Amino acid sequence: MISLEHLAVDDIHVWRGDRHVLKGVSLQLGRGELLHVWGPNGAGKSTLLRVICGLLRPEQGTVSWAGEPIARNPAVYHLALAYASHEPALKADLTALENLRFAVGLKRRVDDAELRASLAETGVLTCADLPARVLSAGQRRRVALARVLAVRANLWLLDEPYTNLDASGAQLLSGLLEQHRDRGGSALIVAHQTLVLGRELRRLELGP
Amino acid sequence: MSVGLWRAMGLVLRRDLALSLRRPEQLVQPLVFFLIVTTLFPLSLSPESSLLRQMAPGVLWVSALLAALLSMDGLFRGDAEDGTLEQLLLSGQSLGGIVIAKTFAHWLVSGAALVLVSPLVAMALEIPVAAFPVMMLSLGLGTLTLSWLGAIGAGLTVGLRRGSVLLSLIVLPLAMPLLIFGANATDRAIGGETAAGALYFLGSLCLLTTTLAPLAATAALRITLE
Repeated sequence: MISLEHLAVDDIHVWRGDRHVLKGVSLQLGRGELLHVWGPNGAGKSTLLRVICGLLRPEQGTVSWAGEPIARNPAVYHLALAYASHEPALKADLTALENLRFAVGLKRRVDDAELRASLAETGVLTCADLPARVLSAGQRRRVALARVLAVRANLWLLDEPYTNLDASGAQLLSGLLEQHRDRGGSALIVAHQTLVLGRELRRLELGP
Repeated sequence: MSVGLWRAMGLVLRRDLALSLRRPEQLVQPLVFFLIVTTLFPLSLSPESSLLRQMAPGVLWVSALLAALLSMDGLFRGDAEDGTLEQLLLSGQSLGGIVIAKTFAHWLVSGAALVLVSPLVAMALEIPVAAFPVMMLSLGLGTLTLSWLGAIGAGLTVGLRRGSVLLSLIVLPLAMPLLIFGANATDRAIGGETAAGALYFLGSLCLLTTTLAPLAATAALRITLE
């Protein structure tokens, strides 16, 4: 029986012009599982993530969530996921809190106390009322992670989430991923470096 | 608790208005352009009242069209460049609703602001005060229609590095009926005649684009972002 929170990616093919970027990629991700997608630059890691999100339609293959192709009811699927691209996706002229209020507010009703708690959890509560333009790259990354937390999604799709994080930030992110897994959530992490997480982590290597 | 479409549209509208107010140059530049261009005509031709009044509808509408074009390129570009457009696409909300809210916010800070300053320009062009209501109504309908047309063009060109020229080439031909009927409505109002026919036409164009442009802009955005 297929779990209600089960991601299935089946035989994905993507071409970019003459380049066959993804050649029949398949994967499964169930509750409480973390999957690390890794490989060299240009292997198609981010492309795969965009396909899984539904931002990019593959030439061949299907992505299913809870047993249904995501194209059938994208709104339900999108509400179940939290996506962090390699860009922090913050508006420079809005404060960190305003950015979260907007992005999280589109997915669920949320109050400022909850958003501040998420910012505190990622160590950037002091930046809550500062415009994103004055934050460092690492702080912006932490605000983006606070958004992922505040959305309270079952499925996390993270593209190079360790970029710009210092050692304590990287440790914090690993801890958040483990907590998410322990609560029954699942995550697909695209990263070119080796990830050190407390418990076993599944890996999928994409070739050039 | 999930978020309804109206609430989501309200969030997008408020955010875009807040962003425009925090970057006042985005609000001020088209208005200053509008004021300068309309002022250049009397300076370069003749300050004679009858000539100015005769030229006024055309000057007003061409300037308004060009001023509105200035800000169209930024409708989706900022969101695409900083990654927030992807977050909007994955928000679980209708992209059509988001496009409507963004376009309406764009009209409020470009078109509606232009309508509000148009009496100043009208006085400089010797347009009688009695013609102001028709002029402002026609400009309001015309600029809203332009914003919808701009949304389609901006959706198609958001992925291009220098899309503003192509955007102008897409929007300007589509805006010709607005120019013709908008100038006609203003001209008739200046002459003391009824402008109902031209206003009805502008109104129907506005309704048509309000209905169809969000669908076209949504499709354009999806195609471009893939």
